[in-house]
Amino acid sequence: MKGQRMYLSEMEEGQTGVITRVGGDGSFRRRLLEMGFIKGSEIYVEKYAPLKDPIELVIKGYHVSLRVEEAAQITVENVREGKA
Amino acid sequence: MKFPKTLTIALAGNPNSGKTTIFNNLTGTRQKVGNWPGVTVEKKEGHLHKHGYDFKIIDLPGTYSLTAFSLEEIVARDFILDEKPDVVIDIIDSTNLERSLYLATQLRELDTRVVFALNMSDMAHDRGIRIDDSKLSELLDVPVVYTVGNRDEGIDDLLKKVIEVAESPKGLPKERRVKYSKDIEEAIAPLSDFIADRVQDSFSYDVRWIAIKLLEDDAVVKKRVLEGTDNHHGKIVLEEAHKHRERLTRQYNEDPGIVMTEERYGFITGIIREVLKTSRKSRVDVSRNIDLILTNRFLGFPIFIFFIWLMFQMTFTLGAYPMGWIESGIDLISGVAGGLLPDGLFKSLIIDGIIAGVGSVAIFLPNILILFFCIALFEDTGYMARAAFLMDKIMHLIGLHGKSFIPMLMGFGCNVPAIMATRTLESRKDRILTVLINPFMSCSARLPIYILLAGTFFAGRAGNVIFSLYLIGIVFAILAGRLIRSTLLKGDTAPFVMELPPYRMPMFSSLMIHMWDRGKIFIKKMGGIILIGSVIVWALSAFPQNIQFSRDYDAQIRGIEALYQAKMSEVTVPAGEALESARDDAIAELERARSAEKAEKSYIGRMGKVMAPVFAPIGIDWRGSVALLTGFVAKEIVVSTMGVLYATGSEEEGEVLGNVLKTSGMTPLAAYAMMLFVLLYIPCLATIAAIKRETDSWRWALFSVAFNTSLAWIVAFVVYQGGRLFI
Repeated sequence: MKGQRMYLSEMEEGQTGVITRVGGDGSFRRRLLEMGFIKGSEIYVEKYAPLKDPIELVIKGYHVSLRVEEAAQITVENVREGKA
Repeated sequence: MKFPKTLTIALAGNPNSGKTTIFNNLTGTRQKVGNWPGVTVEKKEGHLHKHGYDFKIIDLPGTYSLTAFSLEEIVARDFILDEKPDVVIDIIDSTNLERSLYLATQLRELDTRVVFALNMSDMAHDRGIRIDDSKLSELLDVPVVYTVGNRDEGIDDLLKKVIEVAESPKGLPKERRVKYSKDIEEAIAPLSDFIADRVQDSFSYDVRWIAIKLLEDDAVVKKRVLEGTDNHHGKIVLEEAHKHRERLTRQYNEDPGIVMTEERYGFITGIIREVLKTSRKSRVDVSRNIDLILTNRFLGFPIFIFFIWLMFQMTFTLGAYPMGWIESGIDLISGVAGGLLPDGLFKSLIIDGIIAGVGSVAIFLPNILILFFCIALFEDTGYMARAAFLMDKIMHLIGLHGKSFIPMLMGFGCNVPAIMATRTLESRKDRILTVLINPFMSCSARLPIYILLAGTFFAGRAGNVIFSLYLIGIVFAILAGRLIRSTLLKGDTAPFVMELPPYRMPMFSSLMIHMWDRGKIFIKKMGGIILIGSVIVWALSAFPQNIQFSRDYDAQIRGIEALYQAKMSEVTVPAGEALESARDDAIAELERARSAEKAEKSYIGRMGKVMAPVFAPIGIDWRGSVALLTGFVAKEIVVSTMGVLYATGSEEEGEVLGNVLKTSGMTPLAAYAMMLFVLLYIPCLATIAAIKRETDSWRWALFSVAFNTSLAWIVAFVVYQGGRLFI
């Protein structure tokens, strides 16, 4: 069962998903991969900033923020409520 | 004492890994902050004498990786490759092992001796994270030491391990590096041999590493291969690498660099499985709870605004005391120098030139130190990242990063520390842009000019007028930001991949070190460029010495003295006092007229007259022009120069000066145009010096001078001439 597939930017606060693909241009992709945004990694949406952008995420046990437009380059699947 | 051996140690590690704390613990105050040659990345170097060694310690920029995508990474990598430190210490955040190991595996691939410091091991322990250090050491063939940077634990063990590794006769461990998948290894091996056959002699780098980097299409390494060899062999190597890359790209339907990054993480996952044990303790995540409030949807902004308010309150109320002391100190020095030195040119140079010029900037030192203390506090606690998180949406509209907000805000106080605070920005483009638009934030030195002009010409509405100027400054910062971003600093804004590190209790010693680093730069600037600038402006206004005055002031003053002398001898004591003050007023009147005429005929006065046609279309007469010219040294000086030129005496008599300005024919419209000009024109000398320093280029400093001044003139022209059509 693969669960629901969507963009990271479409996930809601308090949801967990699994990264399937990181898009975007070369250096941006590389940077994200190096910071642990690897295919198969679980990612949790901690919160949206008060102005709805950027997003605070938890990946590989640490907190990181991404802009919504950047999160829109990342595809996730198996989205479910709750923390991994 | 002589130390027989020097060991060069480089500290590498992720941002927020506690690297700087360990560096501070190792070196204390014996550190030097500068820039890496040719780039504006901060370089910190320090020394430590211990165990019979002289340790030279270099704090490399904090990075997540060692690719060639950012200046910081290139700087860190080049240092390891070219300077060949004896040992590299990789500071690993134990609470973040998986991500930290990414940099660690890359260090292992470089040809260098590494020691791992498992830092913040106390926090990891509290979170129920257990790391099997001997297993980790065995798996990567690297010595591992536990440290707790902010409690100074394990630092001595770390040093002992470093000595052991440096003195070990054992060669570099070549095994236990990342093993890539078969296809990739099958490209690395032949490419390594190919490189070894052709260009090995030209490089002291490890061939396997060169092969890996060429497969990743690393721009810097490609350039090195071409430059380091005769062109022919270099090209052959690059072509061979390109063939392998094409084959791998076809095989994986993906860039080999990406595949290798994923495989490194795969390798790390394997290590993590063996060395990391997490026991699920029921724990309270303090950091997360703090963020429930500090980045809360409703409370986040009010709290942020409160912190900023507090910072400025502290800067200006607490700073007022030492500011007063420095002011009286300067007065004292001025007085002593005045008493000691004989009247004449040299005395004038010392008192009116150097002491007055440097003194007018020196009094800001306490404010600047307090501001930097607050900034260090924001940074070291981890709040800076939250401030950026809150503000990013707004700042992104101008094409800036969330972290640009604090420097922009500081600009309202003084542009110099504000520009120095842009160092918290990682991307060079963001940094330059923030530096360039900073002078549009109306600094406190411009306020006295607004108060004078708005108070005189817009009585009753002065507050609104001044507020409008601050707003216009912000609007121009936004417009200029967008303009520069879309022309000179084109390109994508840096991705906002920003770690939100756990909140930490800051160490007082660290805060003081960070504050002092910046303070030192400010003090050096006062002794350098500001000193020179003050002397130049003084010389321009003091020369030529023998002016042909239109009337003989000395004779007139003597005449008045004689006149009152005669009158006073005829009257009683109380009437005599009245006469005495009338005499003093008359003499003061003449002396003011003399200094006004002297200023008019000095070089700077003549320059003002030459410049007058340029300023006439914006409603500023020659006296205003001279005042604006002197404002180049420090904007505070504009008011005092006007005081001298309009012959009203000291600048405290604002009201008098205002009245004189009114009768001089200045209109409210001209006054507003002048205020706009002051808001936007050439940044002061100290700011230009700061721009030069932080962008590491005179080009940007000169650009700022030219851009701001022409913009100021155009805006003032449009307002003044446009306004005249309607009024």
